[in-house]
Amino acid sequence: MTDTPSAPEAASPAADRLSDPAFITALRRQMLKFATLQLSNPELAEDAVQEALIGAMKNAHSFAGQAAFKTWVFAILKNKIADTLRQRQRLVEASSLLHADEEDEDFTELFATHGHWQYDERPQAWGDPEGAVHNQHFWRVFEACLDHLPGQQARLFMMREFVEMETPEICRTLDITVSNLNVSLHRARLRLRECLEDRWFLSGEQAC
Amino acid sequence: MLNCYDATRLMSEKLDRPLGRLEKLNLRLHLFICKSCGHFDDHMQHLRLLTRSYAKGQGAAAVPPPDESESNVP
Repeated sequence: MTDTPSAPEAASPAADRLSDPAFITALRRQMLKFATLQLSNPELAEDAVQEALIGAMKNAHSFAGQAAFKTWVFAILKNKIADTLRQRQRLVEASSLLHADEEDEDFTELFATHGHWQYDERPQAWGDPEGAVHNQHFWRVFEACLDHLPGQQARLFMMREFVEMETPEICRTLDITVSNLNVSLHRARLRLRECLEDRWFLSGEQAC
Repeated sequence: MLNCYDATRLMSEKLDRPLGRLEKLNLRLHLFICKSCGHFDDHMQHLRLLTRSYAKGQGAAAVPPPDESESNVP
């Protein structure tokens, strides 16, 4: 009884669903988007996604379902991205210098001269941030807001919040000062917060 | 007394390092009188949770695959 090749009960439905091409296609698309945002290089992103998927597939049988598999595969992808970012530190450093000017912006649109919120830019209470997690329209808005960040801000924000690198490691990897990093993260968060508020939380929380 | 811009800077840095005692005190005083910055503080927490959900593939869950694999077992 040990060598039943296709015992109908033992073949887990999870494994079936993981070999479902539609699931893998959708997952792959999402991973690619995720990796491209962070590496801003389609080829490196493609490589990272490919390696993560292959790595995850080896253990696919041990997952109880698509959700668990997805979490696992994204964890692997995050590690691949962190490795890639560390490897090409010099490259990033060089390109970040090119973009330094574009990011030397002021925030007078948000703040008046004395540093208080402009009247119509004051942050408002958000409706249902937990509910947004399960809304596909929200994630489209989220990605659009990320796309609007200037390059270097986006990269630093993602190293900190997606890849969850601690600030000393980011500073070491990119050879920037902690005050530069703090300024960039602050700006990225100001922009993202405003974008999400304008385009989602105060606009009825649905795609129009 | 902090202005709102400086307060948002501290609320951002709070996510990356522990604030000093004086920074904490100043921020608390500011938040006591400024409702807008209170919202901002909440939003920073939400932003972190949302971003980390995204990094766990939640955004992918938002694009459901056509689910036909359950009904037809070949």
